[in-house]
Order: sequence, then structure tokens, then C-alpha cells
Amino acid sequence: MSFLEYRVKTVPSGLRKVLYVNWPLVLLMTAVATVGFLMLYSVSGGRFDLWAERQMQVFGLGLLLMFVVAFVPIWFWRNVSGVAYLVSIVLLIGVELFGETRGGAQRWIDIGFIQFQPSEMMKFTLVMMLASYYDWLDMKKVSRPTWVLAPVALIIAPTVLVLMQPNLGTSLMLVMGGASVMFAAGVSLWYFAAVLMLAGGTVAAVFFSRGTPWQLLHDYQYSRIDTFLNPAADPLGEGYNIIQAKIALGSGGWSGKGFMQGTQSRLNFLPEKHTDFIFTTVAEEFGFVGAFSLLALYGAILAFLVVAALQNKDRFSALLILGVGANLFFYIAVNLSMVMGMAPVVGVPLPLLSYGGSAMLVLMVGFGLVQSAHIHRPR
Amino acid sequence: MRRTARDSEDSARGISRRALMMSGAMAAMVAALGARMRYLQVDQADEFKLLAEENRINIRLVPPRRGQIQDRNGKTLAGNEQNYRVVITREDAGDVETVLARLARLIPMTPEDLERARADIAKNSAFVPITVADRLSWDDFSKVALNAPALPGVIPEVGLSRIYPLDSDFAHVVGYVGPVSEKDLENLPNPDPVLQIPKFQIGKIGVERWLEDQLRGKAGNKRVEVNAVGRLMREIERVEDTPGSDIRLTIDADIQNFAQARLGEESAAAVVMDVTNGDILAIASSPSFDPNLFVRGISHKDYNLLTEDDHRPLANKTVQGVYPPGSTFKMVTALAALDAGVITINSTTRCPGYLEFGGRRFHCWKRAGHGTVDLERSLAESCDVYYYDIAQKVGIDKIAEMGRRLGLGMRHELPMSAISEGTMPNKAWKQERHKQEWRIGDTINAAIGQGYVLTSPLQLAVMTARIATGNVVEPRLVRMVDGREVPAPDAVPLGVDAETLRQVRAGMFKVMNSERGTAYSSRIADEAMTFAGKTGTSQVRNISAAERATGVIANDQLPWNRRDHALFVGFAPFDNPRYAVSVVVEHGGGGSAAAAPVARDIILCAMSGGIPKLEAYPASQRGRIETMLNELNLRSVQADAPQPRRT
Repeated sequence: MSFLEYRVKTVPSGLRKVLYVNWPLVLLMTAVATVGFLMLYSVSGGRFDLWAERQMQVFGLGLLLMFVVAFVPIWFWRNVSGVAYLVSIVLLIGVELFGETRGGAQRWIDIGFIQFQPSEMMKFTLVMMLASYYDWLDMKKVSRPTWVLAPVALIIAPTVLVLMQPNLGTSLMLVMGGASVMFAAGVSLWYFAAVLMLAGGTVAAVFFSRGTPWQLLHDYQYSRIDTFLNPAADPLGEGYNIIQAKIALGSGGWSGKGFMQGTQSRLNFLPEKHTDFIFTTVAEEFGFVGAFSLLALYGAILAFLVVAALQNKDRFSALLILGVGANLFFYIAVNLSMVMGMAPVVGVPLPLLSYGGSAMLVLMVGFGLVQSAHIHRPR
Repeated sequence: MRRTARDSEDSARGISRRALMMSGAMAAMVAALGARMRYLQVDQADEFKLLAEENRINIRLVPPRRGQIQDRNGKTLAGNEQNYRVVITREDAGDVETVLARLARLIPMTPEDLERARADIAKNSAFVPITVADRLSWDDFSKVALNAPALPGVIPEVGLSRIYPLDSDFAHVVGYVGPVSEKDLENLPNPDPVLQIPKFQIGKIGVERWLEDQLRGKAGNKRVEVNAVGRLMREIERVEDTPGSDIRLTIDADIQNFAQARLGEESAAAVVMDVTNGDILAIASSPSFDPNLFVRGISHKDYNLLTEDDHRPLANKTVQGVYPPGSTFKMVTALAALDAGVITINSTTRCPGYLEFGGRRFHCWKRAGHGTVDLERSLAESCDVYYYDIAQKVGIDKIAEMGRRLGLGMRHELPMSAISEGTMPNKAWKQERHKQEWRIGDTINAAIGQGYVLTSPLQLAVMTARIATGNVVEPRLVRMVDGREVPAPDAVPLGVDAETLRQVRAGMFKVMNSERGTAYSSRIADEAMTFAGKTGTSQVRNISAAERATGVIANDQLPWNRRDHALFVGFAPFDNPRYAVSVVVEHGGGGSAAAAPVARDIILCAMSGGIPKLEAYPASQRGRIETMLNELNLRSVQADAPQPRRT
């Protein structure tokens, strides 16, 4: 029996839960997803069946899943978070052994109607695991080294597995998502400062070691970094994606070229135009006005999540909401930085917009958890 | 574990603090992303818009239609022919091998053609059309069109290519076109981008080359949208090409054809001018060649045949060939002496058959001598000694000056290739060229158009036209551009006394119309067309004293290339000159026998506007002339032969 269950009588039951759903959040999500449908329709050259139709089906299924997850009491999810985490780890190991190889990386498990990426699922089971860990942990022990090491281990285990696939983008997301929960739970800032300094030191070492006998990376890895810092140096090779993406964005100008009029995407100059680079098409066809509006929509979703976390007096629920929000934020930030030439090209999709089944479904389940926490919050 | 209300409060406070810190970080990041968006999409929008357009838009040139070259009456000399070809597109063809095999059964294709087609197809992207067969006959072309359903990806196309319907008649004048070479591009300071189009052709020699700028026209262009791999998506805008100008030459195709045929297989040149305006009516050089061979890409075998021929078919002898003018130069020497006043019309010289000077004997062509000779007789009978004598008196510099006034030793600017300046020597010239003093013997040689004097058939025709009219006649080759007349320059008087000129012309009259004249047998009997002229025979070898002692070897005993050049210049009608003619027959022997009859036939052709009438010839010659004229290989096919049209 926990604190939550004490207050169960203040929690809505039955169909009344519908009234307590965080509807603004649902509307905002649907709005963003709708932009996604339009863009997928546009980049396929006006074909509905190529990507847009399937994306809508997945979103519909996702909404259903979200409500199912939302109506299950949050304490149930807290109680199963350990199991969920373990299942995810097992699936990650499974995908390493039996998974399907696509694009040189083992990421997929085929479960009939959908190919499934366990690494996607891991993002939120990790958040659940960490939230329930901090819910359980005595608050006075949060910053003690032993009790800091345990969640670090919980983060590192799946990260290493995902890195082995290899999927740099997702493993980075796992680290940042996990760290966000730890941060929200109140782990001493000194730990974060130390990690940041360590990371900064490593970067510095990598750069200063270049050309010396104790060089830390291979030459080709340095040349990739160079290309990232100056894509114009290799316009047809490594730099091609990012240059074309910037051209698409920039040529959209203030108000864009109009729906279905984006020459960069329509004429195939853009790589991955329906997945990681879908934002460039938004920017090209709807200009700064459209792109900034989309950014504002994302900002609003994040704001609602933060407010929902602040409203929630339950520790697990608040940490979970912040974890999901942080995940969403990192995805958006890394993806947009990437397509705008502010970060290296790592394979990170744009949540709710990029074409992709399992990422969308997992995200909807994540929102389901948020809604569950919101509906069943102590009042 | 059960948590107290106090714990819960602490937790919420802690989380709130951290959540606010996180949202602050998020807001900062979102602001940074927004700023970056603004920078790319607002501040740098113009630059990126340009880059996107460059990505998307490709400008393709539309080659212009080349201007036609026509004769003075509008007959086509160089035109554009529809060229039927077959192209294949790999991605539409599917199974290229099968399609090619079917195609090879329909139209003539050698294994090499197929091999080349395969190589081209493999080399290019799937959507690039490759020409597999070119210059097909209409029949073959229709076969391909009819069988289109069985030939996926095969498209019969019509293009334009240059054709010279009068082939060898105008090879030297009109020239020919060929593909742009690296050298062509290097020679142009600012090459027109249209030259970069594969297989684009430009003028290589002759009018085609020298009037290239007018004939070429301006390329049109189409702006097309292409995708990332360069495939054409759609045409956005099209600017039509400006066709090249149609150029009408002064040449009359019929006279040209007659002249070319009349020269026959000889290595010879003939020029006919209208003395009233300088229009060149015919400018023939033989043997000639078919310029169409060059347009299609001449084979090594054919090319070697042309270059190895000792009659030099590729050379345009009318402007490029220079020959000692021989006795045709005597008018210049006479005019120089008369103009300088060192002799008068009535001055005479005694010709004993030679002139001795400084221990050297300069022979007259007539060993026995002409006796007492005046100007008229010296021309009519072509006495050499008379000119040795007057040349010494007037001096080379005056002779050279007169030569230049008459158009020798200078370039006449015509749109033709390799126009020679010839040589009109004087003292300074020899000093500069040979670093030697001018000797009196040089003057004596020059007096009769030997030695250093070199002239082209064109220059001789100009000289004759100027003597005939007393005006500075300038030759011209272009009559109209795009239907607009090119005005002929106003006649400028030569500045030589009219009476002097009349006397010289009278001498030229006697050459042909007095029984003792050297070209009496080439006279024109028709009173209205009286012919006046001058023969010339120029040596190409030195005759040694020993040979002279035993008797000069006759031309027909010598190998071809050691025989004398035969020359003739003339004008007609005598009373009211209209046409001037010059003929040079390389190694033809004597001017009176080899060149004068040719000149007569050609000038008669010009005067009678077609094949000369027998009545114009002296009665005794008509039978022989008739046979000769009938045997001429004249062009019977009219110039504008109907070409197959696409239906």
C-alpha cells in the first residue's frame, strides 16, 4: 500500500476518467501528427498510399493504445515497471541474437503485424524503472554514491546493448532520458557537473590528440567530424545531406513555397525526406511561419507536460511525466539541430512527424503513461 | 513503502525545483532552434533560394538553324537537310539486346554500329537517349516508325544536317562544316556556349567559316526542371532560337558549274568578275571534291586520295595558288612606263630575238625576233624584248606601284580561306626578304611576269577588270544577307590616263582579233561580244644555255609537273566591258593553246547566260566546239532537288 492508494477515493473511476484526461495534450499531439500526415502526402508526390495512409493507421492504433494505458491506474504501471524493464533488456538481448538486420544494424523484431524495435520501448521502460526506483528510495539517500551508482547501472546496461546494434542515436537518447529522471529526482548537481566536465575533457583530448602519436580516434572518424563542422568541404559525400537540408530550409523563406511545391523534396534532392529529414519539407513548403509554428506546438506539448508534472504530487508520476517529456524534448532538439546543421547527422526521427511505426506506437504508449499519471493523480 | 505527507511535500518541492530548471533549459533550447530557423529562413533565405533554383533548374540550349548559302539567283548552295535518325532509351527499352537485334533486322546496321551503340548505352544513364543509327533513308526510317510497337524505347527522330546540293562545284568557295574541335574553341576568344553542344557543327573553310557568325544564328534555350539525378521533369520556359542569316553570294551557279566542268580534270583555276561592280560570278578551282564527305566524316581512304593527288583537289587555286603571271603581266609594265612618261604610245623598240645586258642574254620567246615593235604589236605578239627595254627605263619600283594599283601583291578581302597576297616585288622587298640588292636582271624578269612576281587567278581577274574599266574594281562575294542587298562600293577611278588605258586595251584587242595575235584562234566572232585579252606562259624551270643551243624541249616532251603554266586574262565585250576573266592551267603548256580557249568559253557562258551559242565562235571552229561542249559534264539536275518529306 502506498501513498497513492490511500487517496484512491479521490481518483475518478469508470467512464468518468474520460473527463480527467489531459485533453489539451491529446489535441496538440493530434495537431502535430496531422502536420506529419500532410507532409508525408506531400513528399510522396501526392500519393496517399505510400506513407501517409499507414502513418494514420499507426497513429490511430497509437491513440487506442494510449487510452488503454491511460485508463489503467498508474500504480499498476509503477508496480510492473521492474518487470517491463527486464522484459526490455531481454528483448534487446534477443534482438542482438535473433533480430533482423536492416541497414547494417540489428534493431528489429518481427512480431507479425509490425516490425518492432525493442530499443524504442526501452526509452520509456527505463524511465519507468528509474521513476519507481526514486519513488522507492529514501529521499535522503538520493545523492549518496551507492544510490547514485545503481541507477547509473540501470541506464548503462540497455545503453551498451543498443550501442552494440549499433545505434548511436538511440543510445544517446537513453543516456539523456535516464539522466533527466535522475536530475528531476534531485541527484546532486555536482554529479552532473562532474560528468559534463569529464565529457568536455574527453572532447578536448580527442581534438588535441589529433596528429599526435597518441591520437584517440581513427583518421576517418576525424574526417567525419570535419565534415560535420564544415559540410561544404565534401558537398557530394558526407556533407550532401546537410547541405541539401539547409538549402530546403533556407529556400522556404518567410512563408514557404506552398503545399506540395517544395522542389527540394519533390525532386529527390533531400535524403530521408519522409523520416529523419521530414522537418525540412515543413520548412520548405510552409516557410519560417510554418516551421516556427510547428516548433511552438512542440513547445506547447512540452509546457503541458511540465505543468502536468508540477500538478502531480505523486513522486513516481511526476518523475515519469518529466522523463517522458525530457525524452520527447531530446528527440526534437537533436533532430532539429541535425537538420538545421547545428549537430552531426545521427539517425534520430522527429517525434509524431517522421514516418515510422514502432517509434510512433512507443511514443503513444509513453503519452498513455503520462495520461494515466494525470488521471490518477492524488487530489 | 508508505510515505508520510511530509515526505510527499518534500518530494514535490524538490521535483518542482528541478522541473523548473529543466523547463528553463528546454525553453533556452527551443529559443536557440527558433533563432537558427530565423537565421536560415529569413536572413539567408535569398542565398538558399538561389541554391535551390540552381539545383532544380537546368538550362538546355536549343541549337539554331544554320543560315542558307545561295547563289546570286537564290539557288541553294548550302542548305539544311532533314536527317533521319533512330535513338534508343535504355529505361524504356527494357531488354536492350532484343530491341537492338530487332532493329538490326529492319535497318542496315553493321556489327561495329551495334557495338558502338551498346557501348554508348552502357556508358550513359538509363534515361539518356542514345543515337544508334544516323542518316537513314526515308524507307528505313519509315520501317522503324511502322514497327514502333515491337521496338520499345526506340524513337525515330528528325534533325537537321548540312547539305551541299551542288557538291564539288562550290567546295572551295562555300567550304564545309564539321564538328567543333578543341582547336576551334581555343582560337575563339569568347566561344558561344552553343559550341559545346555535342555534335554541333561550325564552318571549317570557305564562306561557311568566314561568315560563321552570320550563318550560325543564336541558340535558343529551354529552362527545364531536373531532379537530383538529372532526369528532365518538365519544361518551364522556352526561348526560341534565332536562325542564322541566309547569305546570297554574287556567284551564278550556272556559270560556276560551267567553269568547273570546262576546267575538267586539269589542275586549273578560273575567275569571272562583273567589272561594273566587282561581283565574282564564278570562281572555280579544279579538281574539286565533295564537301558532303567532310560533313558526314570523311573516311581515311577518301581523305588520303584527296591529299595524295598531285593535282591538289583540296587547294583553292583561285585565291591560294600563286603563279608567275608571265606575259599577262605585260600590261602592268606597259602602264607603268606610259604612266611614268618614260615612253610614249608611239615609242618603238627593235627586237632581234634577245636583249643583251651586262654580259647576259635575255631571250624573246621568238628566237628570230619581232623586228621593230610598238606597244600594240608588243602586246598582240607578246614581244618580250620590248618589255625588257621599257622595264629598264621605268624601273622596278614604278612597275610594282602600278601592279599594286591594279590589285596585284595585295590581299583582296573575301570570305574565303587561305587568300594569298602574292608577290609584287620591289627593291625594298628583295632587300628585306632575301637580304640582297635588287639587280637589273630581276627587273627584266619581272617585266614579263617571271622571277619574283607571283599572282593569284583572283588578282589577275581584278587586274583585268581595272584595266578594262579604269576604275578600282574591288572583288566581292556577298550579294545579299537575309534578302537585303549589300551595296557595291562606288567606283573610284584608277588615276591612270584614259588614253593610255585605251591604247593598252587596243593591244589586248589585237591579241585576239589580229591574225598575228597570240590568241587569235580564241577570238569571239559575235561583234556584240568582242573579246580582248592577253595570253601568258610562265616557266616553272630554268632553261639552260645548253638546252637553248640545242633547242628548247617542247612541253609535251616534259613530265607534267615541269611543263609551263598556261595563263590567260581577258574582258568582253571590248566596246563596253562587262566581264573580266582569268584562267590559269597549271602545267598546261602555252597560254594561247591551253588557257585562252577555256577563258573564251567561260566568258561566253557569262555573256550568253548559259551554254555558249555556236554562232559566237569563228565558223571554222564550230564543229570542234560543238563536240567539246556536248561532252562537257554539266550538271543537269536542278539545285533544289525535292527532298523526302515527313508525312
